[in-house]
Amino acid sequence: MNISLSELQPNEEAVVLELPKEERIANRLREMGLLPGTTIVFVRRAPLGDPLEIRLRGYSLSLRQNEAASILVKRTQA
Amino acid sequence: MHPEKDIKCYAVVGNPNSGKTTLFNALTGLRQKVGNYPGVTVEKKSGQFIGQHGEKIELLDLPGSYSLNSHAPDECVTRDVLLGLRSDTPRPDRILCVIDASHLERNLYFITQVLELGLPTIIALNMIDLAKAQGIAIDVLKLSEELDVPVIACQANHRETLLPLKLALSRAEITRSSWAQKLPSPWMRAIDGVSAVWAHAGEKTSQRDPLVRMKSLLLLASPDAEIEFLAKEMKAGSALGIALAQRSMLDRELPLWREALVSARYDRITELCQAAQGKSSMLGDAMTHHLDEILTHPLWGWFGFLGIMGLMFVSIFVVAAYPMSWIETTFGFLGNCVREIMPQGDLRDLISDGIIAGIGGVVTFLPQILVLFFFIGLLEDTGYMARAAFLMDRVMSKVGLHGKSFIPLLSSYACAIPGIMATRTIENAKDRLVTILVAPLMSCSARLPVYALMIAALFPKGTISIWTQGAIMMGLYLFGTFAALGFAWLFKKTILHGETPIFLMELPPYRIPELKHVLLQMVQRARIFLKRAGTVILGISVILWFLVSFPKNPSAHPRNWSTSSQIATTSVKSDKATQLEYSYAGHFGHWIEPVIAPLGFDWKIGIGLVAAQAAREVFISTLAIIYHVESDEENPSSLSTTLIQETHPDGTLVYTPLTCLSILVFFVLSMQCISTLAVVRRETNSLRWPLFQFCYMTGAAYLASLLVYQGGKLFGLM
Repeated sequence: MNISLSELQPNEEAVVLELPKEERIANRLREMGLLPGTTIVFVRRAPLGDPLEIRLRGYSLSLRQNEAASILVKRTQA
Repeated sequence: MHPEKDIKCYAVVGNPNSGKTTLFNALTGLRQKVGNYPGVTVEKKSGQFIGQHGEKIELLDLPGSYSLNSHAPDECVTRDVLLGLRSDTPRPDRILCVIDASHLERNLYFITQVLELGLPTIIALNMIDLAKAQGIAIDVLKLSEELDVPVIACQANHRETLLPLKLALSRAEITRSSWAQKLPSPWMRAIDGVSAVWAHAGEKTSQRDPLVRMKSLLLLASPDAEIEFLAKEMKAGSALGIALAQRSMLDRELPLWREALVSARYDRITELCQAAQGKSSMLGDAMTHHLDEILTHPLWGWFGFLGIMGLMFVSIFVVAAYPMSWIETTFGFLGNCVREIMPQGDLRDLISDGIIAGIGGVVTFLPQILVLFFFIGLLEDTGYMARAAFLMDRVMSKVGLHGKSFIPLLSSYACAIPGIMATRTIENAKDRLVTILVAPLMSCSARLPVYALMIAALFPKGTISIWTQGAIMMGLYLFGTFAALGFAWLFKKTILHGETPIFLMELPPYRIPELKHVLLQMVQRARIFLKRAGTVILGISVILWFLVSFPKNPSAHPRNWSTSSQIATTSVKSDKATQLEYSYAGHFGHWIEPVIAPLGFDWKIGIGLVAAQAAREVFISTLAIIYHVESDEENPSSLSTTLIQETHPDGTLVYTPLTCLSILVFFVLSMQCISTLAVVRRETNSLRWPLFQFCYMTGAAYLASLLVYQGGKLFGLM
């Protein structure tokens, strides 16, 4: 099932399917290693609910709910 | 022999958090020069060390970067220096790449871009110990073979591990890497096309020149909105037209061409990493994972945050107060010595009241700056800074700022100067500027004595409880804070609007800070403050001294200082008051009276406001001189008693509650601190922004006081 990255729960693993349409944002995400096909782990939300923390390519990245909502992912485990 | 001639010069590049600056500091120690790149607010750091054969080796520490396809101004500086586009900095002839061994994959994205520039390059594989601790075993030889450059493992925080690196840096010849980007054929054709035109236009370059190829690639990959600007920067000339044509070709032949460019690089890096280190664990450093479970926990996270912020704030406020009072005493003593030793005259006054007091005024800021930067150094080195931003981002983003704006604003409660200097941790230039512009609205400790005096005058002894006084004080702090956030929101909506760059922040693993590194950063900040801002502050202090001391009151007679009776002291005091009235500042007070009268201020308050430009607390000592009161900041009660009895020539009270309130509002909002302006001048590298800051804050203060006074009168208050 395809969902947005912001819908993931802590410790869920997923594969990135689609990046946001806006080129500027997509470019930044790609260069930080977030590409279609990249495996990520949703780590946690900040105590106030935004931003989020994910792990990819061996490091931790935080991004805001806004951007995360337009990243399409697919859970890798049932 | 010309030793300067064969100096080897390396540009030091790497990702943020790769330990690049730690390595730079470990190699160069105190032999560093810190300046600014002209035209941007990016710091330029260079340093030297002696190589293994006794020769000088120069290092240029370029801003940390994630990509050559740059976004932030700091990253643009790195790109421009590496491409040789900056007229103020020659293109380096060698490169030292710093890689965080525990984050090999992400680090290599930028590093392989740098390799493709075709300059002699050495890679320092830093934090090899931490990688090992996480179970990441890197085959250094394999890595070196694949990247085709020397790769040297080291730990920047352990001197003894740096010897092999120093040896490598001292080599006479270093090979250039043959690493080249492998791209789908439409991409290769596009790069060929653009670089052919570029090489043709340039005199000596060939189409195969790696620099030309990298420039072509960056031009092709640049965002639609920026391509023309970048073309101008890189002096692309007719290559721009070709690039645009090639991009439409790419659109047709390879619809996902932008993605293909990045994924081709990452694919190759992933392959390389699998060969050199095997598959790394998804979770990374276990200690970091556990610490974050607590420090970013919905409940415990706040305890930690409040504890750390509280400790930092109290240290700036309370701990720094001791050395500050020692400094004040010392300079007061020095001034008195000069007054005793030197013969009476203008020169003595200039030295004791102008220069010594001015230097004292500069040095007093040092304890706060040192304490704050000690904490900031610790927070950055441990990795907590990013967590603080992670926690606070939601709040700060409401007014359009970044989580990292929180610490500078918090520190500004103590003093705006260290607060503004702390904005360096904010990568985004616009966010940094907005934070600098609003930081002085946070009520600093210099306003505290003014608040205390006015509250005392507003409510004479016994009329209200200490709790109500505290509540009013709290209200003033809140008023300033909301003003700061409100203006930040306004500036982000208006003058500094534009595309907000997206918030992407790495959360680096927690690390044990290295005291030496923290202290070095602290000393550096202090040195910059003294050198750049200190000189300006001193200069303006002397000018302000001149304005309150000249022209001389002709009726004042040279006094005999050996007489020490009560009468003599009184006459000295009234002499001082008449002198102040007679001075330029006094004239100015009279002159601005029509302007400030609608706020409920008379010319005496006007003089106080003029003198308070040096520093807010000077307002009190100036009023004390005007009203012949023996009073100081510590003990405003005698002054406040005098104030509430002061009358206008027509017999009405000067310090009505409404006037006191108006003064309070004015002090919350107005920009009365030349030292802050001097620091803003230095941090923004422009005259425009401090000027703008002065105007908008003073304007807002005037309007708000006008509203309070006139509005209050309308409602029948007095």
